[in-house]
Amino acid sequence: MGFFIAQLLTGLANAGALFMVASGLSLIFGVTRIVNFAHGSFYMLGAYVGYSLMQVLPGAVGFWTSILLAGVIVGLIGVIVEICVLRPVYRAPELFQLVATFGVILVIQDLTLMTWGAEDVLGPRAPGLTGVVRIMGEPVPKYDLALLVITPFVALGLWYLITRTRVGVLVRAATQDREMVGALGVNQSWLFTGVFFLGCALAGLGGALQLPKGGADLLMDFNILTAVFVVVVIGGMGSLPGAYLAAVLISVLGVFGVTYMPQSTLVLMFVIMVLVLMIRPYGLFGRPEVAGEHGQVGEPERPIKPAGPRARMIVAAGLALLALMPVYGSNFTLVLATDILIFCLFAASLHFILGLGGLVSFGHAAFFGGGAYVAALLVTYADTPMELALLLAPLGAGMAAIIIGWVCLRLTGVYFAMLTLAFSQLLWSLVFQWGEVTRGDDGLVNIWPSAWASGTTVYFYLSLVICTGGILFLRHAAHAPFGYALRAARDSARQAEATGIDTKRVQWAAFALAGAMAGVAGGLFVFSKGSVFPNELEIARSFDALIVVFLGGVKTLAGGVVGGVALEGVKDILTRFEYWRLALGVLIIVVVIVAPDGLVGTARKLAERWGILRGAEDGK
Amino acid sequence: MLEIASVNSFYGKAHVLSDLSFTVQRGQVAALLGRNGAGKSTTMKSIMQLVVPRSGQVRFMGHDLVGLAPHRVAKMGLGYVPEDRRIFTDLTVLENLEVGRQPSREGTVTWTRDMLFDLFPNLAERRNNRGKEMSGGEQQMLTIARTLMGNPSFVLLDEPSEGIAPVIVEQMARVILQLKSEGLTVLLSEQNLHFARAVADVAVIIEGGAQKFHGTLAELNAQPEIRDAYLSV
Ligand SMILES: Nc1ncnc2c1ncn2[C@@H]1O[C@H](COP(=O)(O)OP(=O)(O)OP(=O)(O)O)[C@@H](O)[C@H]1O
Ligand SMILES: [Mg+2]
Repeated sequence: MGFFIAQLLTGLANAGALFMVASGLSLIFGVTRIVNFAHGSFYMLGAYVGYSLMQVLPGAVGFWTSILLAGVIVGLIGVIVEICVLRPVYRAPELFQLVATFGVILVIQDLTLMTWGAEDVLGPRAPGLTGVVRIMGEPVPKYDLALLVITPFVALGLWYLITRTRVGVLVRAATQDREMVGALGVNQSWLFTGVFFLGCALAGLGGALQLPKGGADLLMDFNILTAVFVVVVIGGMGSLPGAYLAAVLISVLGVFGVTYMPQSTLVLMFVIMVLVLMIRPYGLFGRPEVAGEHGQVGEPERPIKPAGPRARMIVAAGLALLALMPVYGSNFTLVLATDILIFCLFAASLHFILGLGGLVSFGHAAFFGGGAYVAALLVTYADTPMELALLLAPLGAGMAAIIIGWVCLRLTGVYFAMLTLAFSQLLWSLVFQWGEVTRGDDGLVNIWPSAWASGTTVYFYLSLVICTGGILFLRHAAHAPFGYALRAARDSARQAEATGIDTKRVQWAAFALAGAMAGVAGGLFVFSKGSVFPNELEIARSFDALIVVFLGGVKTLAGGVVGGVALEGVKDILTRFEYWRLALGVLIIVVVIVAPDGLVGTARKLAERWGILRGAEDGK
Repeated sequence: MLEIASVNSFYGKAHVLSDLSFTVQRGQVAALLGRNGAGKSTTMKSIMQLVVPRSGQVRFMGHDLVGLAPHRVAKMGLGYVPEDRRIFTDLTVLENLEVGRQPSREGTVTWTRDMLFDLFPNLAERRNNRGKEMSGGEQQMLTIARTLMGNPSFVLLDEPSEGIAPVIVEQMARVILQLKSEGLTVLLSEQNLHFARAVADVAVIIEGGAQKFHGTLAELNAQPEIRDAYLSV
């Protein structure tokens, strides 16, 4: 009994930081409609800033002042980010703003690395709260008890602010209809900035508060992000009580999980989430999204035309140039080109569901990494030849997509996005924790192509044929009736249903196809590298594909490909520098601000303006 | 007080207001009349800059509003009551009023909650109810009261009589006349003449986003053919 209670208390204490970060994310989303992916980064900053302050400010007073100050400082950093990065893009399509926040993640990662170094930081102990208290014979850290008391006060303060003050009234009104709030004379810009301050300050506070429990490290940002998404999805986006309840639920389960099922703590979180969503699709306290609020990608789409003769010639010339690469390129360029080809197929598969289907998946790496692991496991445990493994990889990934799609497609917009991300993390945690089979972090190695394909040149040609084939196939599907049905489902589900299209089924099929294609890319990837590690399933991998699709341009079919070449190329150059994330992040932010139509879209507009291409109006 | 000059507004490529011009004098109640889809709401939104006109001018007390942020337009003394009411359904009546509250303004009435509760007694009883718990008529009162909390000198009322019970329509008419007697200027949109006759001094008729008539109600009554051509009777 004592043990049980001690566990419960620890779980409740852990819920504090999670609640603060989640409620911050929720608040920001409610008012600005931006899912702030960088929220985990603000949490991380809170921990580091708090740590540095504690080095300077002595004693108990210094400790608690440091925590408060860390919140304020991180809030101010949030304000800078809001003003410099997000303000210029508020008018851009909502989902495009996400890319800007990816950029912020990268920038903060490197700035943190620069300032505090790569070593993990040990959290200072809270003065006066270092020991344990025995509760029914079981030790409970004093600091846990302190957190247990603090969290409800923070929650209460937040509740007071939101329900009892003018600011709170405006925040709630803006959550429902921000345009109307503006028409009543409230300056939305400052409301947005204020909410950003509050949300980021909460994240920073959470990060600083958990210092004595976990210290600070450079992986905190992504680690908390997953948990926060799960909390927000379970609790319901925009609901503070929901965030609190879900944070407690997840944390308590986490503590008990470690004790009773140490192998499956991560998995457990997702199982709970799926269960909740089955019963309440918008979370415990959430509300259905207003249709049409998300997934909109700017001005009306131009009809996608089959490629004209000139475009065909350019593509053919490009392919010829690629095919001749072994003649003029070095071994190194061939390897790089193979990487780029594989990545392009991966990005094109995401573009298929995102651009055509309007389904913004944040977890597409599940299928890329999934395909890679299917192939690798087959080779490792069944000595499967490469040819068969390459066939089975998309099959496995496609099956995963069918299952994941079935759950995720019950939701739309942001919820869909967060759910896909959660599922890819589930897969990642499975691979990571199921060490006996997947070798966990050590990865699966020695997975080489069949003898005939083992040369760099031959493998390059193999990748060229398969990836080009895959991309052309996706393009073909886009022009087939299937592609039209998919676009119809995206633009107006109701109208599509009225014309006899089963929108959910079409989307499900598209999701499966995209998953399978990502699996093809994953399979090719394993044999080109000879190994696979869990990071092929990570959030960062999914983000790569998302960045590529957004940067390339959501609306153009060429977007995925051009973006893929651009990102892999730029990365290849940038990764030679120590702080390449910083450079890449800044680059992404700049592109988002100056070229909100993506590289291809912007290039096309410029070309039209200069009269090189015919415009949409006279092109009919 | 308000002068609309050759305004052209678009939704994407759809041209909705074409060279629309008319004026409203201080202290007048003007009725903007026209059939479904004539462009009445778009006119209101183009004044508030919720839709930014592509060309033309919207002059309010000598300043051109085109391109200003909507909250700046509101701060200049224009109050906007949208046709679909857009009250905050999760907020209580008192909270809805709080969102609309702005500092008092020279040269116009400063409204307090009690004055508004006198104007709309139903709201007083329901002050702690949430917006979503109210009837259509009560929501219509709330949206007007909320706008008045901003102490506007000029009120834009988009179809105040739409979809509410006849008793409440009468109450709306009384409220509009009272606003006029307090010195406020009002531009209201309507689909038919009936309500406009009861409250308005002048009428502007639009069709296809262009002005077809601009004159007093007496002049309009003298020309039934205009009424028959542009309004559903
Ligand atoms: N958001 C929008 N996007 C595209 N077209 C619109 C939009 N809102 C209105 N329209 C079109 O603009 C035209 C004018 O609409 P508006 O709402 O101004 O008319 P109205 O006179 O207020 O009509 P009603 O009496 O129905 O309120 C209509 O043809 C309408 O279909
Ligand atoms: Mg209207």
